[in-house]
Amino acid sequence: MTDHVLRVDPIRCTARGLCAELAPELITLDEWGYPVLTASPVPAALAADVRRAVTACPTLALRLDRIP
Amino acid sequence: MTGVLPDMLPPRGDRRLLGGGRRLDVAEHLARFGPLPWAAAPGLADLAHRAGLRGRGGAGFPFGRKLAAVAAGRSRPVVVVNGCEGEPLSRKDHALMDLSPHLILDGAMLCAAALDADDIVLCVHRGDPAGALLRAAAAERHREPIVASVVEVPDRYVASEESSLVNFINTGTARPTSKPPRPFERGVRGCPTLISNVETFAHLALIARFGPDWFRDQGTADSPGTALMTMGGAVRRPGVYELALGVTVEEAVATAGGTGLAPQAVLIGGYAGGWLPLPRAGAVRLEHAALRAAGASLGVASLTVLPATACGIVETARIAAYLAGESARQCGPCMFGLPSVADDLRILAAGVGRDRALRDRLRRRMTLLAGRGACGHPDGFTRLLDSALRTFGDDVRDHLHDRPCRGSLLRPVIPVPRAGQPGTGGWR
Amino acid sequence: MIDHALWYASRATGLVTLLLFTTTAVLGALGAARFATSRWPGFVIAALHRNVSLVAMGFLTVHVVTAVVDPYAGIGWWDVILPFGSVYRPLWLGLGAVAGDLAVAIVLTSLVRTRIGLRTWRVVHWASYACWPLAVIHGIGTGGADSHVGWVLGLDAGCVLAVAAALGRRFVVVHADTRVRRGGQVRP
Repeated sequence: MTDHVLRVDPIRCTARGLCAELAPELITLDEWGYPVLTASPVPAALAADVRRAVTACPTLALRLDRIP
Repeated sequence: MTGVLPDMLPPRGDRRLLGGGRRLDVAEHLARFGPLPWAAAPGLADLAHRAGLRGRGGAGFPFGRKLAAVAAGRSRPVVVVNGCEGEPLSRKDHALMDLSPHLILDGAMLCAAALDADDIVLCVHRGDPAGALLRAAAAERHREPIVASVVEVPDRYVASEESSLVNFINTGTARPTSKPPRPFERGVRGCPTLISNVETFAHLALIARFGPDWFRDQGTADSPGTALMTMGGAVRRPGVYELALGVTVEEAVATAGGTGLAPQAVLIGGYAGGWLPLPRAGAVRLEHAALRAAGASLGVASLTVLPATACGIVETARIAAYLAGESARQCGPCMFGLPSVADDLRILAAGVGRDRALRDRLRRRMTLLAGRGACGHPDGFTRLLDSALRTFGDDVRDHLHDRPCRGSLLRPVIPVPRAGQPGTGGWR
Repeated sequence: MIDHALWYASRATGLVTLLLFTTTAVLGALGAARFATSRWPGFVIAALHRNVSLVAMGFLTVHVVTAVVDPYAGIGWWDVILPFGSVYRPLWLGLGAVAGDLAVAIVLTSLVRTRIGLRTWRVVHWASYACWPLAVIHGIGTGGADSHVGWVLGLDAGCVLAVAAALGRRFVVVHADTRVRRGGQVRP
């Protein structure tokens, strides 16, 4: 497990859905197109996918927070 | 150290904030309570912490901790007093602003002194007569070293949320903002901002004079002190009452004259609160921990009793439609999820007819709301609905089998205003 | 001969650059319109948009360098970034310099997008609505006689049509999220 957790700024998120395309094991979209995230830390095996998803978000709504 | 004057008599019992039911002007106020205890300002956060004062605006956050967090900031803080009573089922802030505005101002000025702030902003809804009342009271205190100004905020449900008020003062739009940062770190003009409900400041004004032990004389260990509670719905004497925290639901209802008709349930905490069944939940204590454990929330301490003749699902469906309409439309799950669930509830209220998938759809959607918005609006909505499905479980079963109860055919009981217009100008 | 070669290289790479920037603009408009299929998911459109723009910058560099190094038209290094001061067709060349400056700003800010904040990036990116038309006009203007040649006309027309169509779609099709944020109805 990494020591990071995925979070989304719900005001910035406009349901573009690129994050769910790039990290489908961790991010699913609800029926309205918005990402459903878990509160658990990002697994190490998915860290690269997640970083790509964060960079790809067109509104920079997705972010990786270090768990305090 | 409090500013206690040995010959000042502290208020007795639970009659603290609203005094004799008549507005005191500044001279009467100071004669009744004694001068503003400026000496208490330096240790104010500690005083509030020892008194266990919790915010009275709905969240119940420990006030001493909030004050200390703002004080720890790096620039000169700002004090914001939240008199925007956006919850339609609550009238307690209005009662306080009407009868004891000087207690509110005392508390705000003490905080400003403790924080070395020179700016106090009093927020009220546009068109609210409380605005004139607070302006008049602030004018009466013109000799004090700290100046308070009144700001009028659009009358929308989420406009009174902390970050909404800060956003309005900063940009002119009263919609919530994403956290972090929270107002205590970066708020008005980017400065650490103390923002609390009018009632919280009023309690603080008395704690500074009479001490934390006096404050803890009423209430429970976890929720000390008294609280202003709005009793409404099917009670004989609806109105605002000051009661010690920890009284039972039954005791509170009895204070308001008991119920005229046989009660079915009580909605605690307003639209974003939770239903509890009556008379079964009569023994539940009105304090934060007990209510949370029961699936409700103290919130703004309003109690609205639903008679047995009414239909809880119809009432909840109307409130849900209003809450959905009052979404600030900034976050997907709220702006789409709340109307979807409100629609489902409307169908349920009418009797399900052929919509067999409704229960599963409702259950699934309700897990997609809480925690996915920038503010607590979808969380309150979810709490209301969860508690409704629990409290009115028998009715839900009947409605699902296309047998809506007789109550659903009568006129609804709980007053629900029409939601504002969807255009974003509504929050400016 | 070398001189002619450089001149022809500049003209040829100019046309290729136009094609690549047109593709970039179309992909950008499609992305903003949330165009996505199972074979062309959103992240692919976005990645293509980015990569094509970088290839375009590569061709733009060759286009510019060959034009300056070639002594025929007397275009200097300063004319590349400062517009309207050149000896050769100052207006049309100048528009190209402006387009080039904007393109550099857009690409650089996009490369550091995560560090400069969304608002700054977005404001600079809007300059693409000026950048692409300026590039087209620069091409037609500096083309001179070549711009009236059949296949060049066809190419120019094709680029304009493609971008017009992509922009038409981008501004006509409104996603529910956009509609509701602007104050529209939740159910259309």
